[in-house]
Amino acid sequence: MSASESQTQGVRAESAPGPGPQKPRFHIRDLSLYYGRTQALKGVTLDVRNREITALIGPSGCGKSSFLRALNRMNDLIPDARKEGQVLLDGDDIYAVGTDVVELRRRVGMVFQRPNPFPMSVFDNVAYGPRLHGVRGRSRLEEIVEESLRDAALWDEVKEKLHKSAMELSGGQQQRLCIARVLAVGSEVLLLDEPCSALDPISTFKIEELLIELKAEYTVVIVTHNMYQASRVSDRTGFFLGGELIEFGETQQVFERPRDERTDGYVRGRFG
Amino acid sequence: MSRTGETRKSFDAQIRDLEQELLKMATFVEQMAADSLRALQEQDVALAEEVIRRDDMADQMDIDIEQRSMRLLALQQPMSKDLRTIATAMKITADLERIGDFSVDIARTAKTLAGEPYFKPLVDIPRMGELTKKMVRDALTSFVRRDLQLVRQVCADDDAVDRMWYSLRDELMEFMRKDSNLVTQATHLLLVARYLERMADHATNVAERVDYMETGTLKQLARAHTAEGLGHS
Amino acid sequence: MNLSRQAKEKVAFALLGACTLVVLTPVLLMVVLIAVRGAAAANWGFISRMPENYMRAGGIMPAIVGSLLLVGGTILLALPLGVLGAVYLTEYAGRGRMVGLVRLAIVNLAGVPSVVYGLFGLALFVLLFHFGTSLAAGCCTLALLVLPLVITASEEALRAVPDELRQGSLALGASRWQTTRRVVLPNALPGILTGAILAVGRAAGETAPILFTAAAFYVPHLPKSVFDPVMALPYHLYIIATQVPNAPPQIQWGAAWVLLALVLAVNLVAIVIRYRIRRARRW
Repeated sequence: MSASESQTQGVRAESAPGPGPQKPRFHIRDLSLYYGRTQALKGVTLDVRNREITALIGPSGCGKSSFLRALNRMNDLIPDARKEGQVLLDGDDIYAVGTDVVELRRRVGMVFQRPNPFPMSVFDNVAYGPRLHGVRGRSRLEEIVEESLRDAALWDEVKEKLHKSAMELSGGQQQRLCIARVLAVGSEVLLLDEPCSALDPISTFKIEELLIELKAEYTVVIVTHNMYQASRVSDRTGFFLGGELIEFGETQQVFERPRDERTDGYVRGRFG
Repeated sequence: MSRTGETRKSFDAQIRDLEQELLKMATFVEQMAADSLRALQEQDVALAEEVIRRDDMADQMDIDIEQRSMRLLALQQPMSKDLRTIATAMKITADLERIGDFSVDIARTAKTLAGEPYFKPLVDIPRMGELTKKMVRDALTSFVRRDLQLVRQVCADDDAVDRMWYSLRDELMEFMRKDSNLVTQATHLLLVARYLERMADHATNVAERVDYMETGTLKQLARAHTAEGLGHS
Repeated sequence: MNLSRQAKEKVAFALLGACTLVVLTPVLLMVVLIAVRGAAAANWGFISRMPENYMRAGGIMPAIVGSLLLVGGTILLALPLGVLGAVYLTEYAGRGRMVGLVRLAIVNLAGVPSVVYGLFGLALFVLLFHFGTSLAAGCCTLALLVLPLVITASEEALRAVPDELRQGSLALGASRWQTTRRVVLPNALPGILTGAILAVGRAAGETAPILFTAAAFYVPHLPKSVFDPVMALPYHLYIIATQVPNAPPQIQWGAAWVLLALVLAVNLVAIVIRYRIRRARRW
C-alpha cells in the first residue's frame, strides 16, 4: 500500500461503526471556559450519544456556541481562551498534550452559521478536505466528491455544475455544500452552529430532513436559537443559560414537561 | 427569571379566555344535570323540555372551545404547560359535552315518566344524583384551582357512585321480578341510574386530565371498570 | 444665506468635482506635455542604441535596461519578503505590544526620505557588504524602500479575506499554513498585486536611493553580473538635464517620456493581471 493510499484510509473509510447506537461518543465533565476574565461556561456536564441528534438551546450569549467549539478545539484559535474540566471523545481526552488536533478536526467536523464555501468550484470545495489529507488520484477524488454530495442531498442539484463557482449556489445549497465538505473528510461527528439561521424556511426544512437522514450514520450536535427546530429534529435537548447547563434530557420531556422552571419559562417563550 | 412576563401577553390572554370558556361550559352543563334531575324528581315536563333545548347550546360551546384550541395549536407553537393546558381543554370539552348529553337523556326519561306517579318515592336516585353533581363540581373546581387533592377526591367518589349503581340496579331488578307491572318505570329508572354512573365517569375523566395538565404524565387514577355485565352481584 | 437643500447639494457636488479636477489636471498636463514633446524623439533607434557623443546623441538603451533590471530585482526581493512578512503579521502574530511596535516601525519606515535609504544602502550594501556600486546594492536598497509599501498593502489584502473562510478551512483539519496557502493567499492576490504595482512605480522612479548604490554616469556596456554598476533612467535623466552641456532638448524629453511610458506600461500589465484574477475569483 503506497503512502498516499494508507493516508486515505482515514478519509471516508468504510464507516467504522464506532460504539453502538446510544452509547456516548462525547463525555463532557465539568467543563468551564474562560475568555480572559469572562467565564463563558460554568461546569457543564453532559453526554453526547452515538447516532443521535443532540440539540443545544438557550438565549443569545448563554455559552452554547462556546461549548460546541470546545468539542473540536476551535476555541484554541481564540487567544485568551482557557478551559477547565474534561472533554472525552470515545474515552480519550481531546485536550491531552500530544493530541493530534488536525485528526480531531477531521473526525469532528463543523458547519457554521453563515455558509462559508471557498471561492472555488463546487468540486474543489468538496475535494479541499481530502486533498488536504493526502488524497491525490483524480478518480478517487471524484468518487469521494460524489459520495459526499449524495450524502448531503445535493448531488442531483449540482452534478451538472461541479466546476462552476460555489458562490453561484443558493444559500441553502451552499450550506449543504458545507455539510458535504465535512462529510468528505470522513467526519463521524457533525457539529452545526445555528446552521439554518441565515436560510429561508424551506431550505431550513430540507436541512433538517438531511440531518435526520444523517443520524443513521453520524452523530450530530446542533446549536440553535430556534427551539422549535430543536423540538422537530433532536433526540435529546440541553438548555443553556448564563453559561450553565440548566436541563438536559429527552427532547419530548424537555418540551412537554420541563423539570426546571427556567427551562419552562424559556420553552414557553416567556423570556429569552 | 422565569416569570409570566411581558412576552406573550396576548397569548396568555388567549389561554385565559380559553379557560374561561371551558368554565362557562362546565357550569352550564352542571346546571343541565341539576335541572334534569329536578325535572325527574318533580315530574316537571316543562323543565325537562327546557333542558333538552339547552343541548344545542352545549354542543355549540364544545365546537367553539375546540376551534379556539386548534387555533392556538396552529398559530402559537405552545410548549410545556401551555401545550398541556390546550390539549386538556380539548379533551375536557368532549367529556362535558357527554355529561350534557346524559342530562338530556335524563330529561327525556323525566318526560316519559311524567304521566304516572312513581311506584315508590325516589330516594336513591337523587342521592346518587347529588354525588354525581358534586363530582362534576369538584372536577371543575380542581381545574380552576389546579387542585390535585380534589382530583383524588373525585376519583374516590367515583367508586362510591359505582357501588350505588350496582346496588340500585340489583334493587330495581328485584322489584321487576316481583311485580311485572313495574317493569316500564323500573327500566327507565335503571337507565337513569346508568346515565348518572356514566356522568360520574366523565367527571372522573375531567379530573384525570387536570392531573395530566399539572404533572405532565398521563396516569390511570380511577379504578378501571371491569367488563361487568348485568351478572354482577 | 438660506440655501435650499437641493441647492446645497449642487454646490457640494460642484466643489467636489472641482477638487477632482484640481487633482487630475496636473497629472494629465504632465502626461500630455511629456508625451507630446518626448514622443517625437522616442523612436526605435532612441530606445535601442547606446548613447553617443557624450550622451548628446544616440539612444538610452542601457538606461532602459538598467531600470528594468533594477525594478525586476527589487520586486524579486521585496515581494516575497513583504508578502511573507504580512502573512506572519496577519495570520500568526498575536495582538501583543511587540507586534504593535513592529507595525508602527513599518509604517514609519514608509515615511523615511529616500535619500536616507540611499545613504543607508551605501553604508550597508556598497561598503560593508562589499557589493560596490552595483545592481545588487541598488536592488537591495530599493527593496528596503518599497518593503513597507508591500507589507502594508499585503496586510490589507489578507485582512480583507473573510475570517469565516479561515474558520471553514481550519475546521476541516487544515493547519494554519495550509489554510494560508490554499485559501487566504489566493484570495488576497488582487490586493497583493496592488501593492506590487505601487512598489514598481516607486522603484522605477526613485533617483536618490540609486544615486549612491547602483547608478553609473556612463557604462559602455550592459551589466555582465549583478555586481556591475548600471545606468538607470531617472539618474540618466538627471545627468543629461544638468550634467551634460549642450544636450539637445529632445533627448531629455525623450528620456522622460520613456521613463513615464515604462512605468505606465508595467502598471497596465499588472492591472490587467489583477483584473483577470479578480474576475476569476468572485467573492
